[in-house]
Amino acid sequence: MIDIFGIPIQALLGQLLLGLVNGSFYAMLSLGLAVIFGLLNVINFAHGSLYMLGAFVAWMGLSYLGLNYWVMLILAPLVVGLFGIVIEKLLLKHLYKLDHLYGLLLTFGLTLLIEGLFRSFYGVSGQPYPTPDLLRGATNLGFMILPNYRGWVVVASITVCLATWFIIERTRLGALLRAGTENPKLVEAFGVNVPRMVTLTYGFGVALAGFAGVLAAPVLQISPLMGSNLIIVVFAVVVIGGMGSILGAIVTGLGLGVIEGLTKVFWPEASSTVVFIIMAIVLLLRPAGLFGKEK
Amino acid sequence: MKLHHITAALALAGLGFAGLPAQAQGISGDVIRIGFITDMSGVYSDIDGPAGVEAIRMAIADAGGAINGKKIELVTADHQNKADIASSRAREWFDQEGLDVLIGGTNSATNLAMAAVAAEKKKPFISIGAGASDLTNAQCTPYTVHYAYDTVALARGTGSAVVKNGGKTWFFLTADYAFGHALERDTTAVVKAAGGEVKGAVRAPLATADFSSFLLQAQASGAQILGLANAGGDTINSIKAANEFGVTQTMKMAGLLIFINDIHSLGLKATQGMYLTDSWYWDQSDAARAWTKKFEAKVNRKPSSLQAADYSSVAFYLNGVKATGTDDADTLMKWMKSNKINDFYAHDGYVREDGRMVHEMYLMQVKTPEESKGPWDYYKVVSKLPGDEVYTKPSESSCKLFKK
Repeated sequence: MIDIFGIPIQALLGQLLLGLVNGSFYAMLSLGLAVIFGLLNVINFAHGSLYMLGAFVAWMGLSYLGLNYWVMLILAPLVVGLFGIVIEKLLLKHLYKLDHLYGLLLTFGLTLLIEGLFRSFYGVSGQPYPTPDLLRGATNLGFMILPNYRGWVVVASITVCLATWFIIERTRLGALLRAGTENPKLVEAFGVNVPRMVTLTYGFGVALAGFAGVLAAPVLQISPLMGSNLIIVVFAVVVIGGMGSILGAIVTGLGLGVIEGLTKVFWPEASSTVVFIIMAIVLLLRPAGLFGKEK
Repeated sequence: MKLHHITAALALAGLGFAGLPAQAQGISGDVIRIGFITDMSGVYSDIDGPAGVEAIRMAIADAGGAINGKKIELVTADHQNKADIASSRAREWFDQEGLDVLIGGTNSATNLAMAAVAAEKKKPFISIGAGASDLTNAQCTPYTVHYAYDTVALARGTGSAVVKNGGKTWFFLTADYAFGHALERDTTAVVKAAGGEVKGAVRAPLATADFSSFLLQAQASGAQILGLANAGGDTINSIKAANEFGVTQTMKMAGLLIFINDIHSLGLKATQGMYLTDSWYWDQSDAARAWTKKFEAKVNRKPSSLQAADYSSVAFYLNGVKATGTDDADTLMKWMKSNKINDFYAHDGYVREDGRMVHEMYLMQVKTPEESKGPWDYYKVVSKLPGDEVYTKPSESSCKLFKK
């Protein structure tokens, strides 16, 4: 067997794949953040709690209403998206003219509220969510046993990420969105309802977080803290990729998942810090991020 | 040095007066102030946290809310699992609020920091939720009482039971901080002493979300037993991933610090058959069940062993205040080290010179779903582990408080 730094290559392949699974979550969450920042200029700190909300809505659907995973995979993002639209209409809308900091503070406050509410009702140990029957079991890939569900996570998230990228960068709707952020007055003069577009964009961005939450539900214990454990890393991903860059968010999300996975093998103690070390290096060399444009 | 002599002289004088009415020293600041610092909102907040506060309130209420007409007051804080927050809050309370006794909740790193502050301020510190055996060994102080459990007892309880049942080769999944390291070290010693072998260990950062990578490393080691030297949410997520990746088919899990809340959260299907050691179980005796009933009326779930210990330790301290009529630190440390604990939590427990509260521990096995009669009916008590055997023996300790 071939060894790389004392690790058999088969074990390494397995770790790479696991890194990709975690990277899928980073990619989906940072994509939502990038879309929201790119079009609304809001640093959405509530993203982690909305991801948690997605997982909890899926769990509630199953345990209170008996709705299965596949129904909730569609329904939970819609619920979270609607919730996002309410937030945008009621609160965020009033902050666009102010400094970024206000949006950040508001969404951070929302995070504390949402997490606090769930903590007081459900505690922190979390709720178990069963893997859907269709994806139970595992497949032997030769170099590792991959639970089918983890494979599904990668496929689903990459599909969603690419579809989002395509819509924003390659369609007329995406062109309008991008134009709306460059010069809202002019786009409005063409008869486009820009405020509505902004509201829907926020709803879509947080729906992505909700979708990621449902995907995560069978993998992790559904706990009110699951979002805050993740959100800081996801922010680092967005900064490394370049704030507001769609493709940057996807590529760095997946890439950092893989790097983190490798760190877990070679230097496990550093696996929670490696993302931030990379962030520091990137910021020193390319302050706008890997895919960002200097303004 | 001079100051030390004076303090020693005063302490001796205090002993001399023991026969006189102890009111002479009285209650400082006309209030008995108890401080409780624990994880109120993070990964360990279910096993202690706000419900632990409730348990302490029950102890205060059962003591009548006041002693000799002096009110008993409770102040609480969330250390967020950060040692610096815990120690600076403790310092503030001792310096500015006249705190009389500090109770330390979960997380060993925060407790080691608080123990140092309490020793500096010469005030009693009762550690409940922390596991690190260092509290009464290398880092022992005259003012620390380590009340509920420690990593040595867990290691000797679970570790030796598993090796006895044929689990000879071990791999550790360790939480990368003071407590995890202590647990790994202490269990390794037990496993080796019993003729077992440790094939390796991987150290995962606290609050890791995905343990699958670490578990594959464990599986690749070829060991029979996966020793989980972690706690709370980390244990839950690692057991979950171990089931998902089929690690449980080739390795058996030994939870080195599992609380009943973790079992409740994971369900019996994922945990059945697991061995674990705990200091208390709500269904272990009539007295325990009776107290549980009162606790459940307030908190709406069964208590963990830590919440029971929160109550027991504060009740013990307040008994001391009642008996001596003072909240003076040295008087109470002396009282606590010379009186036994007999309540629903501990039977004939006693606080040793090094501050270790020595009492019986229990080796439990998690019931199968068929054996369990319903929620919270999770454990079978496999054996009772006498405190003198399961805790660090004075001869093994490097604590300088033991006169050798």
